[in-house]
Amino acid sequence: MEALLHQVLSGLATGGIYASLALALVMIYRSTNHINFAQGEMAMFSTYLAWTLIDAGVSWWLVFLMTVGASFVAGMAIERLLIRPVEHAPLLTVVIVFIGLLVIFNSVAGWIYSYTIKSFPSPFPAEPVFGGLMSAHELGAIGVTLVVLLLLYLFFQFTPLGLAMRAVAQNPASSRLAGIRVGWMLALGWGLAAAIGAVAGMMVAPVIYLDPNMMSGVLLYAFAAALMGGIDSPGGAVAGGFIVGVVENVMGAFVIGTELKLTVALLVIIGVLLVRPSGLFGKVFVTRV
Amino acid sequence: MARQARWWQWLGLLAALALLCALPFALSNYRTFQFTLALVYAIVLLGLNILTGYNGQISLGHGAFYAIGAYTAAILMDKFGVPYWATVPLAGAVCLVFGFLFGLPALRLHGHYLALATFALAVAMPQILKYKGIEEWTGGVQGIVILKPDPPAGVALNQDQWLYLLTLAVAVVMFVLAWNLIHSRVGRAWMALRDHPIAAEAMGINSALYKASAFGISALYTGVAGALGAIVVQFVAPDSFTGVLSINFLIGLVIGGLASISGAVWGALFIQFVPNIADHISKAAPWAIYGIFMIAFAYAMPTGVAGFLRLAWSRTARRTAGARAQA
Repeated sequence: MEALLHQVLSGLATGGIYASLALALVMIYRSTNHINFAQGEMAMFSTYLAWTLIDAGVSWWLVFLMTVGASFVAGMAIERLLIRPVEHAPLLTVVIVFIGLLVIFNSVAGWIYSYTIKSFPSPFPAEPVFGGLMSAHELGAIGVTLVVLLLLYLFFQFTPLGLAMRAVAQNPASSRLAGIRVGWMLALGWGLAAAIGAVAGMMVAPVIYLDPNMMSGVLLYAFAAALMGGIDSPGGAVAGGFIVGVVENVMGAFVIGTELKLTVALLVIIGVLLVRPSGLFGKVFVTRV
Repeated sequence: MARQARWWQWLGLLAALALLCALPFALSNYRTFQFTLALVYAIVLLGLNILTGYNGQISLGHGAFYAIGAYTAAILMDKFGVPYWATVPLAGAVCLVFGFLFGLPALRLHGHYLALATFALAVAMPQILKYKGIEEWTGGVQGIVILKPDPPAGVALNQDQWLYLLTLAVAVVMFVLAWNLIHSRVGRAWMALRDHPIAAEAMGINSALYKASAFGISALYTGVAGALGAIVVQFVAPDSFTGVLSINFLIGLVIGGLASISGAVWGALFIQFVPNIADHISKAAPWAIYGIFMIAFAYAMPTGVAGFLRLAWSRTARRTAGARAQA
């Protein structure tokens, strides 16, 4: 029983990280209907940036703020410079640009920082909490995820800018007529997504260590989490992230072993999707003929 | 005018075919091998185009069907002593069944959801192939080594040239079949389901049957290519068939040109040769160069190489027609 509880709790911790990255995917999806395949590698690059700063002796939380800020700016720049030109291209062409970004980030990180694995410090104390059921880092990661979610909720519900972004996601044409600068709202969405991704990267790096390929598995789970929760629902993405984390951990520990963990987790998600094709919390679209 | 254009097309096609036939006699064995692989990829991309381009179902899982085709061929040759040429249609048949069966549950999923489901298949494939229970046939992590087939007695070709010409022959047959299929009732039904599923169903098209059959046929093409690929590379192992392979197929498909038969050739050339070129440009970060190539192609030709050529062709045709009208 205690072992099960332990696995569930640590599943929640990794789930929180999937949830953050899934949230970043949803941010971009809601405003542009694209799934950003490069999200994981962007987060990885942000984490390397944080590592460089920490290595230079800056304190952890200051690095955290600086990295999130820099990622925000970089995300906006990527949207303005690289994604804008293919705005009206066919969907799959945009996907190719994303995959291109993915391999570029991956390769450049490997080139600058080499492919050797680096350890990344955690800002939380080393001793376990709840009588050894959870490490302080796991608890902290869950806390950070929830704080990010809360901040986003407040931003979207109670600020004029948040309202403008929601309007653009719902109806770009009318928003433009109402005087909202649609292009900048999309760029802002990218910036927010990159910043959330940076948070996810810095939370996951102390657990899985830092290397250029660290995010490939995480992104796949985040992708699955976002789809499972419903790709257009931020709350759903977070719930999906936690569910995927727990399923993955519990199945891996008790049912099928770590080797087939990824496969089984994906099969479970597809099972869910077959029953609810728009995800657990997704909006079901009814098409008119 | 239209008839003249048709003539030019046929002439161009014949010239291209003649050039392809002459290639192995002008190139080194290694280059011939590379072009053989490019032909194999062209068959895959043609199959993927049937599903994604003409039927609108996005698949990120064709690496899995490729693996099934390759393993079917390898196991048949290694364990049952089936001659190499006979494994190609058999691998296609096996993949047809797998593809059709996978297509049935996939009917419920659309767009990104289908992409995830198919990608899950691709990611799971290496782990399934390594599974202990079937190690007796698959050879586990080690995989299976195949002997390179000799050309039939009396044919004065070396092994690489023979394999190239064999692959070319299969590819030509597959391309002709695909062309006929796309321009038939079935092809029109696929495209109708892609463009407007509800209207297509109202016209009496059996959506489930046609969509699953598109999956099946697409998998058949990929399986045939997988078998040829296994024979050409002389080796199958689980880690050759990761998710990266499936993503590469998608890259080839989009860069070549969606819903275009000639696009399969351009895409295959891209995924076969551009990584090599990138490697020559920068040893330190070859993938970054590959990524830049991808983005550059996406910017310059958003509808793929085939779409770009079609556009250029119609522009010149219009211009010459205009010039003639003035004269």
